[in-house]
Amino acid sequence: MGGKHRRIGGEVGWRVGSSSFATAFRPFPSRSRFKMSSRRNRVSEEEINELISKLQSLLPETRRRGAGRASAAKLLKETCSYIRSLNREVDDLSDRLSGLMATLDSNSAEAEIIRSLLPS
Amino acid sequence: MYRRSFKDTKSSLGSPNPNFSKPMVALRFLRALSLVRCSGPGARSPSYRARGIRRAAYACMAASAGPRRAWSRALLRKIRRRPGRGLRRPRAVIRRRRPVGGGDPLEVALRRLVPGGGCMEYCRLLEEAADYVKCLAMQVRLMQTIVDSASHVNSID
Repeated sequence: MGGKHRRIGGEVGWRVGSSSFATAFRPFPSRSRFKMSSRRNRVSEEEINELISKLQSLLPETRRRGAGRASAAKLLKETCSYIRSLNREVDDLSDRLSGLMATLDSNSAEAEIIRSLLPS
Repeated sequence: MYRRSFKDTKSSLGSPNPNFSKPMVALRFLRALSLVRCSGPGARSPSYRARGIRRAAYACMAASAGPRRAWSRALLRKIRRRPGRGLRRPRAVIRRRRPVGGGDPLEVALRRLVPGGGCMEYCRLLEEAADYVKCLAMQVRLMQTIVDSASHVNSID
């Protein structure tokens, strides 16, 4: 079994965790990620609530602050819609940027042509 | 085109979030934009250039976030996979593909939105989603600033 204990190389120069190998051959996984997977049923509600409140703090503050945490489902829904709107904004901004870059380039190209056409 | 800008930053991705500050992200993004512009100024259609800019934006965001985040790894994997299709060498990487029993439709939707969210535990998913939202919002603000300043320059001329 020693031969199978080789390190799994990662792509992009990073080390991607060999999760299935670790759970099969190592009795005590060294990464916290695997500990979480083995204790999945025992992840407390507190941790989830903490993560949800952290997520809530990142969302745009369009709701009143005194409401506290509305519900996990509502928060997930807002997160999904926020991510979708951010993706749409990135698309829109990249369209605008490509248009702006075109005008910038054409300006410089026209400037070059005009400069070449002018005598001396 | 913009892949070159990641190769020289790959070596600096040792510690968690080494370059995660707005000026560094801006610098990386502008460098990628200049590479996009150099590749084909007038020969390409604007939609092609827009798609290239979009991919550069996501790639810069993922590269700045660092390799410690699962979403940045998955995003870069997705971006790099497209040009090299058909020439992929067999990689000795085993990714966990445990099918997560998605009972909650909201959770399933979130998994689909966050890159790499298919095979993650629930609390890990929430963590990654929070980080992803933060980086995405910063990238949007950065691009908005660039567009504003560029249109301002255009209006002056």
